[in-house]
Amino acid sequence: MIKVTDLSKNYGPVEAVKSISFEIQDGEIVGFLGANGAGKTTTLKMITGYLVPTEGKIEVNDLNIIDDTHEIQKQIGYLPELNPLYTEMRVYEHFEFLAGIRNITGRPFKDALARVVEQCGLNGVIHKNISECSKGYKQRIGLASAMIHDPKILILDEPVTGLDPNQIVEIRGLIKKLGKEKLVFMSSHILQEIQATVDRIMIIHEGEIVANGTSDELMSNFMGNVLLNMEIKGGSVESIEHIQAKLPSVKFISMENSNGIQHVQFEYDKGQDPREELFRYAVDNNWSILKMTPHTTNLEDIFRDLTTEGDINA
Amino acid sequence: MLNIRMVFRREMLGFFNSPMAYIFLVIFAIVNGYFFTNTFFLFGQSDLRTLFDIVPLVYLFFIPAVSMGLIARENNIGTMEIISTLPLNTYEFVMGKFLAGFSLILLGLAATSIHFFTLMAVGTNVDIGAIFSGYLGLALMGATFTAIGVYTSSVTENQVVAFIIGVFVVLVFYMLDKMLIFVPHSLAGLVQFLAVDYHLSNISRGVIDSRNLVYFFSMIGFFIFLTIQTLEVRRWK
Repeated sequence: MIKVTDLSKNYGPVEAVKSISFEIQDGEIVGFLGANGAGKTTTLKMITGYLVPTEGKIEVNDLNIIDDTHEIQKQIGYLPELNPLYTEMRVYEHFEFLAGIRNITGRPFKDALARVVEQCGLNGVIHKNISECSKGYKQRIGLASAMIHDPKILILDEPVTGLDPNQIVEIRGLIKKLGKEKLVFMSSHILQEIQATVDRIMIIHEGEIVANGTSDELMSNFMGNVLLNMEIKGGSVESIEHIQAKLPSVKFISMENSNGIQHVQFEYDKGQDPREELFRYAVDNNWSILKMTPHTTNLEDIFRDLTTEGDINA
Repeated sequence: MLNIRMVFRREMLGFFNSPMAYIFLVIFAIVNGYFFTNTFFLFGQSDLRTLFDIVPLVYLFFIPAVSMGLIARENNIGTMEIISTLPLNTYEFVMGKFLAGFSLILLGLAATSIHFFTLMAVGTNVDIGAIFSGYLGLALMGATFTAIGVYTSSVTENQVVAFIIGVFVVLVFYMLDKMLIFVPHSLAGLVQFLAVDYHLSNISRGVIDSRNLVYFFSMIGFFIFLTIQTLEVRRWK
């Protein structure tokens, strides 16, 4: 379990992380979403012991990161954002070094090596120099490095960056499989990736957690009104602009005329669906409806709203 | 201890998996060999004094070159992030790096032993004790310069900058006793004691005094300590 309480990190006068708190339970896959520079990587670096917090507390399985740094590091596998590797080494030498530091040598190392090679599909490259491996393989080597000691907790900073779609699907499958028995905390700024992989999403913006919940919870908590895009032919401008007088739940937003077709945008509350009434209103006012498309808020809109300056308090 | 060995082993693999170590050893042997053999037969003396005079000068550039990447490269390519999140003490990391750099210097020094065998073959009344103490002095000087190089490598992530700072610092310690005439009389003793060449020349004469040994080990310890502090402070920034 990871428990973060009032965690802050300042880089000189810059507050990168501002008093954030959260908990992640074992067996949970949590996605950490945020724009570049939001504070994701800084938070992960503090949890792994690479950076010391300015304030606040990080507990991993009831151990404190300041007092028990090495004990915590034994339980964590970490894939940094830039996936740094000793490129002059062979793949197995790289693993041998990392495992050796964790006191895994001899037979246990061979078993661990066989496990990560199998899990990450590294069969063909194990004797190659890392510099000769493709970007996809390098990413897998980074992931395998984080798993060589079979940690209880995996912290992955942008684990699928630079992978092709097939590799993304493979790594996603692997993370999901690992998440059944381990705590996985992964950051990303690719929404679809997070949505497809994790159980819970945390969104960080300018160093603060602005949303925390499952995909469905975020949708129901943050989903705004529904936008209805319509193409109308034949209706009077007044009947369109003053629709709210007849249909109080429908609000006129905008209208644009193009070749006699009105491109209109209405808005209605997410709990209501006035399309049937609107259709009848259209018939009464001699509109010919060419198109009617409701646009519900998706996670991408929520993310954009939450992480765009000025929109947070809106 | 296992961790120091692992860091040491990784670093040695890094040296020998790239052309770096081979280039260093070959050029080190050629430069020293050229300057030694150039005058060896002219002087007609059965000692390695010329070699012991040349090696410190070669050290001034070679050791910063060997050590410039030891830590700076880790910072530059980002592997320091991996290292810092392993259950590895900073002193273990620094000691592993220092021992690897020093081992490469010792290998270079070992390559000059060919001149010792030449001397044994062609010379007469060879003073083995003086040769032993000469090599001991060079090894201690090499260790001191390596410790300085490891430190200068830790203060920047740019290897070239680490090299330039390294050359400057070792040059200062090497030149101190040659600048005594510019130093106030009251400070002359202190400045001379800080000069690495002063202690090397004492040992090279065959006098293995504890003061010289204390100097070398203190210098090594001091710069390793500085390196550890530099790396620790970075985590708190």
